[in-house]
Amino acid sequence: MSNVPANLKYTEQHEWLKLDGDVATIGITDYAQGALGDLVFVELPVKGKKVKAGDSFVVVESVKAASEVYAPISGEVIEVNEALVKSPELINSASYEGGWICKIKASDKGEIAKLLDSSSYQKLAA
Amino acid sequence: MRYLPLTPKDRTDMLKAAGVKSVDEFYTMVPAAAKLPKLIDLPLHQGEIEVERALTRMAAKNHPAGSGPFFLGAGCYNHHIPATVDHLIQRSEFLTSYTPYQPEISQGTLTAIFEFQTMIANLTGMDIANASMYDGATATAEAALMARRITGRANIHIHGQLHPQYREVIETYIQSYEGVAVKNSAPDENAACFIVQTPDFYGEPQKLDALRKQCTDSGALLIIVINEILSLGLLPPPVEADIVCGEAQSIGVPMSFGGPHLGFFACKQDYLRQMPGRLCGETVDKDGRRSFVLTLSTREQHIRREKATSNICTNQGLFALAFTIHMSLLGEIGFKKLARLNHEKACALADRLAKVKKIKLPNKTFFNEFVVELPMNAAETVKKLTAQGIIAGLPLEGGKLLVAATEMTTESDINTLAEVLENMCAVAGVKEVA
Amino acid sequence: MSLADRDRGLNIEENLLFEKGANGACGVDLPEPKNSALRTGFEPRQKVGLPEVSEPQVIRHFVRLSKLNYAIDHGLYPLGSCTMKHNPRLNEKVARHPGFAQIHPLQPEGTIQGALEVIYTVQQWLAKLSGLPHVTLNPAAGAHGEFAGIMVIHRAHEKKGKVRKTVLIPDSAHGTNPATAAACGYQTQTIPSTKDGTVDVDAFKNMLNDNVAALMLTNPNTCGLFEPRVKEIADVLHKAGAYFYCDGANFNALVGRVRPVDFGVDVMHFNLHKTFSTPHGGGGPGSGPIAVTEELAPYLPVPKIVKHGDHYHLVSEDKDSIGRLKGFNGQFGMAVRALAYMLSHGADGLKQVAEDAVLNANYILSQLRELYHVPFSGTCMHECLLTDKIQKAQGVTTMDVAKTLIEYGIHPMTTYFPLVVQGAMLIEPTETETKASLDHFIAVMKMIAEKAAAGESAALQNNPVSSPRKRLDEVRAARHPVLKWTNQGT
Repeated sequence: MSNVPANLKYTEQHEWLKLDGDVATIGITDYAQGALGDLVFVELPVKGKKVKAGDSFVVVESVKAASEVYAPISGEVIEVNEALVKSPELINSASYEGGWICKIKASDKGEIAKLLDSSSYQKLAA
Repeated sequence: MRYLPLTPKDRTDMLKAAGVKSVDEFYTMVPAAAKLPKLIDLPLHQGEIEVERALTRMAAKNHPAGSGPFFLGAGCYNHHIPATVDHLIQRSEFLTSYTPYQPEISQGTLTAIFEFQTMIANLTGMDIANASMYDGATATAEAALMARRITGRANIHIHGQLHPQYREVIETYIQSYEGVAVKNSAPDENAACFIVQTPDFYGEPQKLDALRKQCTDSGALLIIVINEILSLGLLPPPVEADIVCGEAQSIGVPMSFGGPHLGFFACKQDYLRQMPGRLCGETVDKDGRRSFVLTLSTREQHIRREKATSNICTNQGLFALAFTIHMSLLGEIGFKKLARLNHEKACALADRLAKVKKIKLPNKTFFNEFVVELPMNAAETVKKLTAQGIIAGLPLEGGKLLVAATEMTTESDINTLAEVLENMCAVAGVKEVA
Repeated sequence: MSLADRDRGLNIEENLLFEKGANGACGVDLPEPKNSALRTGFEPRQKVGLPEVSEPQVIRHFVRLSKLNYAIDHGLYPLGSCTMKHNPRLNEKVARHPGFAQIHPLQPEGTIQGALEVIYTVQQWLAKLSGLPHVTLNPAAGAHGEFAGIMVIHRAHEKKGKVRKTVLIPDSAHGTNPATAAACGYQTQTIPSTKDGTVDVDAFKNMLNDNVAALMLTNPNTCGLFEPRVKEIADVLHKAGAYFYCDGANFNALVGRVRPVDFGVDVMHFNLHKTFSTPHGGGGPGSGPIAVTEELAPYLPVPKIVKHGDHYHLVSEDKDSIGRLKGFNGQFGMAVRALAYMLSHGADGLKQVAEDAVLNANYILSQLRELYHVPFSGTCMHECLLTDKIQKAQGVTTMDVAKTLIEYGIHPMTTYFPLVVQGAMLIEPTETETKASLDHFIAVMKMIAEKAAAGESAALQNNPVSSPRKRLDEVRAARHPVLKWTNQGT
């Protein structure tokens, strides 16, 4: 049973989103990190990169696989979690806290409504 | 047939166990049109005696380098290979093993690859090296593509005299991409890389400071190509480079009519994840014992598929091992000595040819290869020398001839070449210079 | 290293040559240089960074390393799609003839006619075996051959005036296929497989349009099955103006019995290091010749070999050609070995190779299908596919089966490939195994299944314990890459 905090939003591709004003912090869920196994590398986006909802903009690598992470919403990447460069395993151990991936300044807050809430996502991540 | 262990009884028993009457039943899915009614029109099986005879007959029609004076280079060099090298690479455990995907039972291969990578990194002055490439030309093409990925820029710039075949291979690799140009000018803001061969195709070692500055200023990556790796025993390592790649055939690998050879690839740490080819890394096993394993496979085709850094699967494993063994025999002392010997042979060749009237030697500098300017057509000259059992070098345009000398070149070889050329030059000018 | 960490019996612990100390030894005797003035334009190199050891130390080091390796000469190597067959030593002997080993690719043609004859003869054999009349031996490996083949197709479309953008590839394909298509500038579209493990022909037909340049199909496919509707696939593909590229990695099932041209192939590659016995060498060299139809012949890479009477001629410039693929020629040394193999087997022997390979795989399948999950019904070709579905419920995965095989002295089969099934185990024994060898493999696989069923998952997950190394920390290797030895200790 994976951990699905109630106060976050989710996507069907197993990303989570925490909104603070118009800045969204993004990561991948506990379910996703468990499926991927020990992460060895995170290809972070460049600060300033503009993304559309659904764009692949991050790659997380385990030993045997490379998985794309999709932007849950459109906007501009304003901050990335540099700690992941040295310690990609933070995504495994703390996928909702220290393992956050980046922050996006939302260009269309209306997109948030299309995301899943924790109970809907829980059904996917059972 | 000596390679087929199954006996008729085995086949009968196994067909029965598999629940079929004949092997034909395994081929029922094959369309009738594709099932051959009889044997393909090719000779039937033969024993070792006949096969060896047939191949020996073919081999005898070739003129091996050892049978006379030999001065061909141009990216493939006639060097000595110590008996130990060939003996060791024929050990079953090296010859008949597979890519070391199961590291627990492949530490032999993996340790040797790690030693190879260390040697290449040290030779080139780069941070990291991979487990080898097909050859120098494809390694260069892959380096150019890597530079495009890293810089996000389109064009490939080439400095001076790059081996013409290397240029051809780059053109082959990029032909289906749009908006890529190969240019012979200094790098600009659209240049992904600046490719410099040293020593260049005419044998001149290149000074890299100014070229490094051009790359730093324009943002292009500096790719140094070396196709006589022995030169690194006498010339300084190209530490100015972002990527160093080329051909290592000179050490431990027979000329073998052009293949298999041994490409090498090394670069700065920053570019690690964009490197093509296999990489062997160090780790530990469950008991904490140092071990080696193929790593960072997420760059490669079997994981990234269409997003891979390259489609490469195989490296040149057995010849990377041959190189490692040969370099181990040479070592710090022997490698530098061998390089210096090669240079001295080339100096002796140059000095002797300089005495031949009407011959010019345009090279200001060289390692073991240089251009000779003849007063007659070089291609015609090579033909005539060949008829006398002398492989004189590579004819370029007009009277230009590219000659190489190695530790295998004897004083007698040099004198023979010089004397024959003396006679030919004496009557040259009577005929047309092409 | 403490004494406890050194050799035990014939079990070897061997460090690196760099760690054996620089003591001024040298493993070659060279004449002393004169140390005359340099004409390189540079000061002489100071430090290179190489070991300093004598010949006995070098031989001992590499012999000791070799004992840490499994090999075909040691035992069964049932790697699916790799065709780990016996590597004949005659091949090694003939390849070392000075007339083959000591010739330079740029020598005047009159001095290397025998070399051109070797290449030309191998080309003839491959042409007859495939039915595709024009062959090049230039590609250096299978993936390189794929690149050449797809570039030939690309050029053909270019000449027809319409460059198409897409290549269709089944989801079961080897990773080199989509990587190659991308390297040639194509987009790939993935064709799903049916529950029978073969191409979903209806889905394929729906994907066909005038923007599809080619289909890349492995046949027999990576599930070990012959595509039953391959002719139909070829026909609709050709009607759509696209070409059929056949990945010939699995040619060992067909050689001498089935000709790919007869099921509609336009281009195929061969792996000389698979079907034609050239040694794998711990990761290469390979050789990946391609064969094409008459229509596509002009686009083959240079150099090309033409024959006039008894004389062979190398053509290095050809404006229709896709160009040069690598320096000089192909992997000539591997062509010599392959020719020795072809001459040894002949038409009758090669046919027997295919039949014995297919029989061996089916024998294994018949003996293991009760204990392991077999995803696709019916017989197989030269390789059989199992999965860990049954064992997973008992806490044992494909990885555990593989590592337990290592523990019992057998190299594992290909694992987790093809991707169309979960926990794949792809087993290809090849024709050079005895029935006894197969029976031993079957017995060990049976034992593993029994242990799994008896709840011994913990022991199986711990394997291997007897091999030179136990399971490695691959995460550490990827997180903190150490790719060379340095003086500070690695």
